[in-house]
Amino acid sequence: MSTAPAVPLEREHALALMRQMLRIRVFEDRCYQLYGQMKIRGFLHLYNGEEAVAVGALTPLRDSDAIVATYREHGHAIVRGIPMTRVMAELYGKQSGCSRGRGGSMHLFDAERRFFGGNAIVAGGLPIAVGLALAAKLQARADVTVCFFGDGAVAEGEFHESLNLASLWTLPVLFICENNLYAMGTALQRAQAETDVTAKAGAYRIEARAVDGMDVLAVESAVRDAVAKMRRDGAPALLEMRTYRFRAHSMFDPQLYRDKAEIEAWQKKGPIVTLSTRLRASGLMSEDDYQRLERDALTEVDAAVQFAESAPWEAVSDLERYVYAERTA
Amino acid sequence: MPNVPPEPQARIAYRDAVREALREALEADPRVFLMGEDVGRYGGSYAVSKGLLEEFGPERIRDTPLSESAFVGAGIGAALGGMRPIVEIMTVNFSLLALDQIVNNAATLSHMSGGQLNVPLVIRLATGAGRQLAAQHSHSLEGWYAHIPGLRIAVPATLEDARFMLGAALACPDPVLLFEHLYLYNLEGTLLPGVRQVDLDHAAIRRPGRDVTLITYGWSLYKCLDAAETLARESIEAEVIDLRTLRPLDEATFIESVRRTRRAVVIDEGWRSGSLSAEIISRIIEQAFYDLDAPPARVCTAEVPVPYAKHLEDAALPSAERIVTVVRAVLAGGGSD
Ligand SMILES: Cc1ncc(C[n+]2csc(CCOP(=O)(O)OP(=O)(O)O)c2C)c(N)n1
Ligand SMILES: [Mg+2]
Repeated sequence: MSTAPAVPLEREHALALMRQMLRIRVFEDRCYQLYGQMKIRGFLHLYNGEEAVAVGALTPLRDSDAIVATYREHGHAIVRGIPMTRVMAELYGKQSGCSRGRGGSMHLFDAERRFFGGNAIVAGGLPIAVGLALAAKLQARADVTVCFFGDGAVAEGEFHESLNLASLWTLPVLFICENNLYAMGTALQRAQAETDVTAKAGAYRIEARAVDGMDVLAVESAVRDAVAKMRRDGAPALLEMRTYRFRAHSMFDPQLYRDKAEIEAWQKKGPIVTLSTRLRASGLMSEDDYQRLERDALTEVDAAVQFAESAPWEAVSDLERYVYAERTA
Repeated sequence: MPNVPPEPQARIAYRDAVREALREALEADPRVFLMGEDVGRYGGSYAVSKGLLEEFGPERIRDTPLSESAFVGAGIGAALGGMRPIVEIMTVNFSLLALDQIVNNAATLSHMSGGQLNVPLVIRLATGAGRQLAAQHSHSLEGWYAHIPGLRIAVPATLEDARFMLGAALACPDPVLLFEHLYLYNLEGTLLPGVRQVDLDHAAIRRPGRDVTLITYGWSLYKCLDAAETLARESIEAEVIDLRTLRPLDEATFIESVRRTRRAVVIDEGWRSGSLSAEIISRIIEQAFYDLDAPPARVCTAEVPVPYAKHLEDAALPSAERIVTVVRAVLAGGGSD
């Protein structure tokens, strides 16, 4: 499993990574509360514990690269640059939401930022990522497509069909498996005869590595390397991020399938603690820095909630809009 | 013997009624087993199979990987091999990944083999919208499945059907899809005393009336009963028919009703274009055209992928208010909504 690189870390960059992880963490914690207050409804899947994956993976990308994510995608959306206000408004179902209130938590979109969702069908995003990469290749663009999916998705045919296609046609897709060890209540070893996800990529001649998904620096360097190579050779790659979700699968999960001790053990090596400890030890971040970043995140989330609260509802007369394109292709 | 008053019926929730049905089936027949995503350790995504793993063990309460096509296909194979599998697909939305197995195998093998094979498979699926789960988790595709010869489509809307339809499905030599509306799992009440079994052949008149026939199934049944209450206050007596099975369709029951009331409104959470509601109205037109006093009408889901925001979702789905409005228009001489 690849861990953090030996390259020297600059203070500014380190703090930027910390800032992004805190933005996600604070946002998710607020979502949890808002769900209790019935401001957010439907299914809500929180990303607590997995922040290092979205932050490390999206930081090295260009604006022209494409992203495909799952229903656990608030973090990816925020790091990609969709304003938190518009993400929160979407969770409220408001017109100012990034999907005009049609999508909700599981379907955040931003075409301008090449953020292609928010897919709530497990493994449903993988073939789309292959197609986005095919388009880039046909247009001779050096852009890559980064596709996130869970360990549960690996059991679906669409995973296997997509890996094969991407490899067969040499398409620049970076498959990122967010392996948090569980698909709802089903532990990986209860779902997979071969639990090493990278071994599956091997069957399709796709280069793959496992990465410590709790270490944002390890994630970032693995993705940076993979993307750099991909821009040269156009070939797909797979990174298995070993991570853990701290909260329930969704808001309806009594978590009968795992014990508290396991959760606590993972919390001790959580991505924010891990980076924080390292930065303090190396003198790159002071307690004040940390406090400021956390305060900034809280302020930003407060503003997002305020925005969402006062945002308008879509008119019911517009219900049937957008079923078909309103602009010409 | 002294006269013992009957035991008061215990209250039961729909999800518990389905669990009781599963338990009874597992106890009665060693060939029966349940498989699906998170049916075991998690207890079922809607807590239907909670406790069954502890009771029956992992051989008979099988957690599957996220491989809908494979485990539905395996259910078909196990049925061919002499078992009586109950496959749970978490929701109808994910059955789309198993469509090939359902439509190309389960539905065809009997006919295609000249009657040599049959597929005694039961598939249970949660269906429907109303919980703000957005487009990919809010489909009502049961009418779409009812298009397929070789499948039997049943929709338990009442506690009795939740409790006893599974038994009828298991007794059936053909593939049966049981659609459980996710809004109904919390429905609570008491089982009608004396009901020990139900069939998969007949629609049921859930409320008699003489002025208009409301034809529906699933969650919409309750919207229709609400609407009928409202209409009764205006002295409009609506008859409410619960189709119960969408294939085969018990047309005798609704045609007979429409001949009496001379007016029909079909209420379906599915979309209207190319739909079950269109099929029902076609049959009414074909068989009872000269008995009608007004054109038949429909209340269906708006032709949009179901949106997340509550006010938009509510506006998209059939509601008691819309049913009332449409019935009034039909009584006034015509009009869908
Ligand atoms: C095709 C399909 N089957 C089932 C589901 C229901 N479901 C939603 S999330 C989930 C677990 C997925 O686990 P994983 O891929 O590991 O992602 P994680 O939730 O752990 O991030 C399941 C079974 C679904 N959304 N899509
Ligand atoms: Mg997982």
